[in-house]
Amino acid sequence: MTDDTFTTPREPQLIALNVNGEQHEVITEARRTLVDVLRHELRLTGTHVGCEHGICGACTVLVDDRPVRACLMFAAQAEGARIRTVESLADGSRLSDLQRAFSEHHALQCGFCTPGFLMLAEGFLAERPEATKEEIREVVAANMCRCTGYQTIVEAIDACATARRRACAQACHSKEN
Amino acid sequence: MTRQEQGRPLVGRSVPRREDRRLVSGRGRFVDDIALPGMLHAQFVRSTVAHGEIVSVDLSAVRRVPGVVAAFTADDLAIADITAQLGRPRSQFVPTAMPVLARDKVRYVGEPLAIVVGLDAYAAEDGLEAAHVEYAPLPPVLGEETALAEDAVLVHAEAARNTLVDVSLFATEGIDDIFDAAHRVVEVDVTTGRQNALPLETRGAVAHWDDREEQLLLQTCTQVPHQVRTVASRCLRLDERAVRVVVPDMGGGFGQKCVVGREEIAAAAAALRIGRPVKWIEDRKDALSASFLAREQHYRARAAFDADGRILALDADVVCDMGAYSCYPFTAGIEPLMASAEMPGVYKVPAYRVRGRAITTNKAPTAPYRGVSRPQYVMVVERLFERAARELGLDPVEIRRRNVITDFPYTGVNNITYDPGSYLESLNLCERAVRDEGWYDTRTAAAAEGRHIGIGYACFSERTGYGSSAFAQRKMQVVPGFDISEVRMDTSGAVTVTTGTMSHGQSHETTMAQIVADTLGLDIARVRLHQGDTDRVTYGWGTFASRSITVGGSAVRLAAERLGDKLRAIAAALWDTEPEQVELADGHVRRRGGDGARDVLTHQEIADVAYLRADLLPKDIEPGLTATATFDVFNDGTFSNATHGVVVELHQDTGQVEILRYVCVEDCGVAIHPQVVEGQCRGGIAQGIAGALYEEVTYDAVGEPSATSFMDYKVPTAHEIPDVSIHHLETPCAFTATGAKGAGEGGTIGAPAAVLNAVNDALRPTGTELDHTPITPQTVHRALNPEPVP
Amino acid sequence: MKPAPFQYHRARDVAGAVRLLAELGDEAKAIAGGQSLVGMMNFRLARPHHLVDIGGLRELDRMHRDADGALRIGALTTHHTVESDPAGTLAQGFEVLRRAMAWIGHLPIRTRGTVGGSMAHADATAEWCLLAVLLDAEFVVRGPLGERTIAAGDFFLGYYTTALAPDELLVEIVFPRTAPHAALTEFAERRGDFAIVAAAVDLDVVDGAVRGGRVALGGVAAAAIRVPEAEAVLTGGGSFDACASAAAAAADPPGDASCGPLYRKELVRTLVRRACEEAMSR
Repeated sequence: MTDDTFTTPREPQLIALNVNGEQHEVITEARRTLVDVLRHELRLTGTHVGCEHGICGACTVLVDDRPVRACLMFAAQAEGARIRTVESLADGSRLSDLQRAFSEHHALQCGFCTPGFLMLAEGFLAERPEATKEEIREVVAANMCRCTGYQTIVEAIDACATARRRACAQACHSKEN
Repeated sequence: MTRQEQGRPLVGRSVPRREDRRLVSGRGRFVDDIALPGMLHAQFVRSTVAHGEIVSVDLSAVRRVPGVVAAFTADDLAIADITAQLGRPRSQFVPTAMPVLARDKVRYVGEPLAIVVGLDAYAAEDGLEAAHVEYAPLPPVLGEETALAEDAVLVHAEAARNTLVDVSLFATEGIDDIFDAAHRVVEVDVTTGRQNALPLETRGAVAHWDDREEQLLLQTCTQVPHQVRTVASRCLRLDERAVRVVVPDMGGGFGQKCVVGREEIAAAAAALRIGRPVKWIEDRKDALSASFLAREQHYRARAAFDADGRILALDADVVCDMGAYSCYPFTAGIEPLMASAEMPGVYKVPAYRVRGRAITTNKAPTAPYRGVSRPQYVMVVERLFERAARELGLDPVEIRRRNVITDFPYTGVNNITYDPGSYLESLNLCERAVRDEGWYDTRTAAAAEGRHIGIGYACFSERTGYGSSAFAQRKMQVVPGFDISEVRMDTSGAVTVTTGTMSHGQSHETTMAQIVADTLGLDIARVRLHQGDTDRVTYGWGTFASRSITVGGSAVRLAAERLGDKLRAIAAALWDTEPEQVELADGHVRRRGGDGARDVLTHQEIADVAYLRADLLPKDIEPGLTATATFDVFNDGTFSNATHGVVVELHQDTGQVEILRYVCVEDCGVAIHPQVVEGQCRGGIAQGIAGALYEEVTYDAVGEPSATSFMDYKVPTAHEIPDVSIHHLETPCAFTATGAKGAGEGGTIGAPAAVLNAVNDALRPTGTELDHTPITPQTVHRALNPEPVP
Repeated sequence: MKPAPFQYHRARDVAGAVRLLAELGDEAKAIAGGQSLVGMMNFRLARPHHLVDIGGLRELDRMHRDADGALRIGALTTHHTVESDPAGTLAQGFEVLRRAMAWIGHLPIRTRGTVGGSMAHADATAEWCLLAVLLDAEFVVRGPLGERTIAAGDFFLGYYTTALAPDELLVEIVFPRTAPHAALTEFAERRGDFAIVAAAVDLDVVDGAVRGGRVALGGVAAAAIRVPEAEAVLTGGGSFDACASAAAAAADPPGDASCGPLYRKELVRTLVRRACEEAMSR
């Protein structure tokens, strides 16, 4: 402990964030991480906090379409970016195919890690729709789950990706005809 | 929610989980999601030394930190201590008090000394840095050898040689002669690393005083809400009525949350003192260093065998390092008593002697963790059989075949009566699966190439559904066991059911609803479970020891049956027939044999009568539609069983242990929801593998924890955890109301033994056998490459 | 695990960032992706009073080959950009960089973490530091007095220490020559962890034969190091096994309970051999 610890004032600043397509302005300290602002200022509590050092992945959200750790980013750094959280996945009361796949495959038990895995998969599949099961496993290894043993998470994401490819192929096929 | 198919029971089917919609939508409500007007945030000043007298705690600078609202020491709050008791003589058990905030002495790094309350979590943490605590350090007691030394420094002055529990539950007469005369005696010396149960959601609570209800509302993530209520009321000197514990969604527990935490009580005390809501969320650093830990045990065990490989006697000395305090309600006896009572396991052991001790050290205290001692003693017993097979030239599966219990009920040398299981069948099926997949051939081929592939098994049972009598046998002074359920139907015909169990990932909202819906012939969508609220639930013991479906599910079933009886009685009165002539099915109440529209009623029509037209009720039927039932287990409980088979490859040049295949054959009786059972198996196995290969809570020479981040505490990921192939057997339980046995812990119990056996099988050509978990790459590398680089 | 207070400053351009760093002095730190820094701040192991956010300097987020064929990577290029190489910049000679990215943490770390941030953080096991040392990268650094270039051998000074002055900003990393026969490999208990030991080699292959090469190690010293003893074996036409043994013999790694020095030396042998074999197969 040094005496100058608190010479830096707890000075609030205005931060503008685009979250799930909505523009928000919050007045808060610069030291607030993105996940804390999402959860406690914007009350989007679907994104969870598991370790605050970037390893467990419970806080994974999309920033400009890419999965990132919201605990390893200050909210101020996210100004100007498009942020998406788990709350954006469902269309009203209709769950997305990815959410349904998680439920159908029992890819969640306590559900605490689930939003992080969903956003990880959402970002990854958007970039690599053709991902193999092994690639999916590799990406699933980015986050921690203490309940499932991961197998059903991999299976859920793989099933979702496969179904999307099938739907896409059918659409393309019918267009050609 | 899909309507159930006509006439087909829901029990036994993997219906969609009721929990999922909110959880995949980010609409669950976990404790950190709660925000109350005026809420403050707490963190704890924690000891920086492992062992020492507290000279002074000065919080004056803390209170001046911007954003800090209050800071309290133990003296400021004067909270009563938490003391867990066993009804055993002083020679067997030494009770020790756990102060909610350390007063005179600190006993581990991370022990809470003072609570700092700020406007937000950031300010509270700023406050911690301004605390000045002066210690007079004492030498830390960090392991068995130091703890048990003649002149040991004492962690608790009242516990000589740092021994909290020392019990010798069994000692068959003449056992020494059996060992002396035996054809073969094998020994193992097994140690297992300290682990963290590690729910991904750390512990946490929100407390505030509700003037309207004249009640403390403590929202906390606990597996045992009623026990938290009891402790909170005693520590805070409130009537128990004046405390309401409510549990929101929980992000796992695995035992770490089935004991009462000091911080949740301190947060409540601070909330009462300040008069504002106080939230405490444990951060990961604290969760890794200062939460409840488990599993650090040492077994010196030997077994005597005859020439045919039949076990003649088992003798074990078990020392469990329970850390600084006894946990409430289980006490430091939890691990040694479990090991002592159950160690003979699935085998016909004619003679048994065991001594179980709990020692206290300057490490964070321990709580039950999924499996409780069974992962360790199963490992020890399975090692003994593997070693005996090796020395007697027998196949490791064959030696087990010759020894597993096959005639049920079987009363063991440990005075436990085992209900029917499929021990031999699971063993045979597991071996056949591994053999049919060609792994024995692969092992042979690999050996010819100089590669190291090994096959290992674990055959075990898991006592589930401990009733009051089983816990009373252990001389617990707080005896969990029974459970109460209330089923209530409203005027629309929808049902609310309460349970004293507390789901934290186990899917009770679904499985309990399946039981009720089947019993009442209702659509499952019309059944809603209430749990984790001490004002809504009469009483309960929470969720641990795989008790929820066995005990809680039985109470739910019985209560639903009683309500069903009442529905039938009312319908019978309306139809002027006998209740036996009324059936509840497919969302309707039907008169047997009747086929007209007047022979069918809806639940709602009956409910209308029960509540709104009580004048139509016969005199012997009370208005309203509620029923309550209690269930307890009066025998030794029911035993789930399983065999796990594992194939590993050891990499010569890195020492890495790669799991090539994992097969699990499990029997938990009637599976209410097979997908959920498989989820429990896989998740349990992942935690067992974690303990076998990756995770260990470590300390440096002065007792400072050295694995305080996920960089050092190595929770395995999807890379490390293999897919698990699961086969089911079904030996229904005769005395639970559904035929179900518990399924919560088996995966964790079998995995360490199976993995360790597989590693030792692969190491066979080297002559080295490993008897410590976690098995590190360095250890394996050394075993495979005994000559170090010059 | 909440960071200590700081003041946040957003730089608009490189000159502005340098000016801010100069004005704010020792108590200021530049933040790019923050994948190492924010974690350390959450543990309060780092507590800068000022953060200068350079994340918006798009001019530093580019990767191209210059007229000489050298690869120039802007400091703000993310690991993920290198991994996905959208413009094919790494084709013909720098594929080793793309392949090496798979060893850096996990996808959500690679999407934010930057090449410059990793270099400036200078973890002893970091993949980028190892690649820089292996491939004789040059660091283009801008300070109040203008720009200077630092050779990789002079840039990494020890544990988390570089030649970067507090008021200097790393703007670009230059890989001057192609490395078609290069590979990086490592070992950790869990994939994605910081390596216990990492090894990288860059072979000079002429007509299918190894004529020499460079060998670098991470995790055996305070910073990534080259191993002249192992390189001499390659130059002398020795086998990969001999090269690996020379590297193991030369290495003087630190040790702790779970990973003693002897074990690390054995890992050096294994990983150098594997890296040589992989590099040769390219």
